[in-house]
Amino acid sequence: MVSLRRDTGALALSFVLPVVFFSIFAVIFGGQRDSTPKVKVIVVDEDHSRVSERLVQGLMKEGSLKVKSRPEPVKGVEQPEYTAETAETAVKEGTAPVAVIIPHGFGENPIAFGPANPNRPTIQLLKDTSDMVAPQIVGGLLQKVAMTAMPDVMAEQGSKYFDDFAGGLTKEQRDRLNEGIRFLRERQENGAAAGDSGIGGGIVAVSERAVVGQNHDMVSFYAAAIGVMFLLFTASGAAGALLDEQESGTLDRVLSSHVTMTSLLLGKLAYNSLLAFLQLVVMFLWGWAVFKLDFWSHIPGFIVMGISTAVAVAAFGLLLASICKTRAQLGALSTLVILVMSSIGGSMFPRYFMSEAMQKAGLLTINAWAIDGFTKVFWRDEPVSHLWPQVLVLVSIAIVLFAIARRVARRWEYA
Amino acid sequence: MKRFGQVTAVDGITLELRAGECLGLLGPNGAGKSTLIRSIVGRVIPDEGTISVFGSPADSVEARNTLGWIPQELALYPRLTCRENLQAFGRYHGMSGGALDQAVDHCLGWATLTDRVGELVKNLSGGMKRRLNMAAGLIHQPKLVLMDEPTVGVDPQSRNHIFEMIEKLRDEGMSLIYTTHYMEEAERLCDRVAIVDHGKVIALGTNAELVQNAFGSRSTVLARFAGADERTNDRVAAWVAERGGQAVDGSAQFTVEHPTEIAGLLESSAKEGFELVDVSLRKPNLESVFLHLTGRELRD
Repeated sequence: MVSLRRDTGALALSFVLPVVFFSIFAVIFGGQRDSTPKVKVIVVDEDHSRVSERLVQGLMKEGSLKVKSRPEPVKGVEQPEYTAETAETAVKEGTAPVAVIIPHGFGENPIAFGPANPNRPTIQLLKDTSDMVAPQIVGGLLQKVAMTAMPDVMAEQGSKYFDDFAGGLTKEQRDRLNEGIRFLRERQENGAAAGDSGIGGGIVAVSERAVVGQNHDMVSFYAAAIGVMFLLFTASGAAGALLDEQESGTLDRVLSSHVTMTSLLLGKLAYNSLLAFLQLVVMFLWGWAVFKLDFWSHIPGFIVMGISTAVAVAAFGLLLASICKTRAQLGALSTLVILVMSSIGGSMFPRYFMSEAMQKAGLLTINAWAIDGFTKVFWRDEPVSHLWPQVLVLVSIAIVLFAIARRVARRWEYA
Repeated sequence: MKRFGQVTAVDGITLELRAGECLGLLGPNGAGKSTLIRSIVGRVIPDEGTISVFGSPADSVEARNTLGWIPQELALYPRLTCRENLQAFGRYHGMSGGALDQAVDHCLGWATLTDRVGELVKNLSGGMKRRLNMAAGLIHQPKLVLMDEPTVGVDPQSRNHIFEMIEKLRDEGMSLIYTTHYMEEAERLCDRVAIVDHGKVIALGTNAELVQNAFGSRSTVLARFAGADERTNDRVAAWVAERGGQAVDGSAQFTVEHPTEIAGLLESSAKEGFELVDVSLRKPNLESVFLHLTGRELRD
């Protein structure tokens, strides 16, 4: 007990780490009870009918959806509404995991009961398969909204089907039915909530189409996610050589030669970056050889993201090593920081499972930017030029962390 | 001057090292020897004053080219071989190519490690590691070498071998500053010795000069008497004090100008009724000077 108390590293690992982790998971998953993460969905209304507008309004009222009909304003200038093409591009770029395209003519025949009519307009649901949850949520909610936001349309369509298949209603029955439909329409137009109608039945024809990741499986995502986490561990371990050198006196001897602290740290940054990059190469090659990851057609993007990620994790490792005084401290601190970063940065589970606040917090981690970049390359098949935000952030992180590490390392420079 | 908190580690030391000379630095633990050495190699920045090495500031590249430092610690890479270690330290000093290979071979030969060239350092014996540690400090062929207790923790055979290595350097005309706690090392290797205490040089000179300055031509007489009981010891102590000597562990210690004075002391002790067991005459040495100047009290 006394030994444990005096070993701050072991003490931290034993008590602080579990508490920190518990707290993070509690925030990520426990917080969702109150605020389920909203699914972003792009809606394109090509029909512009009374029915399609009601459907869009119904979707907008859904608390679990964040519906967008046009891109964010650019420099205060409002952008034009999404079209089917721009919506597909937006899904490919990761702006939203799902887009709903309501086609021309939808309002004339929105709901189908009985045998399918091949000529009936069908809502298209464009999806990014990297998010396995969002398309299912949107698909289900489309049906729900159709049933609850358009009860009058449902009743109207239902009577048509009755006319077609059961021989029609008497005049008296027809008048009473029309009166009911009129009531429902007025009620909806007077602002009844989407969910309080209580009227069931009816089906909206929806066809799903994967526009991203249709040719890939999740291996590339996990290769990046797990790879970055282990890169961080390797980089902090490799940077720990500084502490070994300091303890053995080798650092003093090296610094009494021509080597300055800046050149020493730059050398270590270069070596640790190379090591991290090679680790990524091995991991992705393994993914190609064993899990059929499409590695060879993504080489340029892999190199760009691999180098950016490697430099960032190497600088991160140097910073941790320069802060710590012993290997034990480094082991404890790196385990704590890396596991926290990996959990909120998306290495342990995809960030779209998290609340918006946690997703934003994840952007403070190397993991999130690296995974986003690799996803662009391997999942979205985006060109190298589209990687600039991730590269810019990762390289900036590397520069800032290295500058801090250099500053902290002054304590080794002279007595 | 260099202070660490309230402690003044180096307090206005001025030393002159002559070309080809070996200057010994002696001092108790915490006297400031290592701080002085580290200041000379540019690893400690003085709070006051400057340090010049062959006319250049201590932390300049020029000074680093002319200085070799053999630290007290085994500052080596344990997972590299002997050759790889020397190559690494040579490169840190800007060496490369044939000149580096030549220097590595020379240093391995000097340290008698040629047959261990491919051995990982972690597998070497303590003595071999010490010799390689010294070789690493000489790889860039400096003009002045600072050795900080290079024989710590080695067996007598290895120590003797290290002495021979250092003597070889002296024969080649290299200037050396050598810190040690072992007086016999300083007596054997050093042309002059500086005794450092509380950050100051309290004595400087050749071995003979230091003894002469501290004791003149006096010698120490040590007489041991029979009977170890308290009463005898008290009587011996009273008699020794009366004759101007010191009682050390029940024995009597006197300082005499001439050995002939021993006869008078023995006659006096006989009159007191003490039974003499043995008597010895000791010429003072460097250890006597060291203890005389720095005291017998423990420092840590």
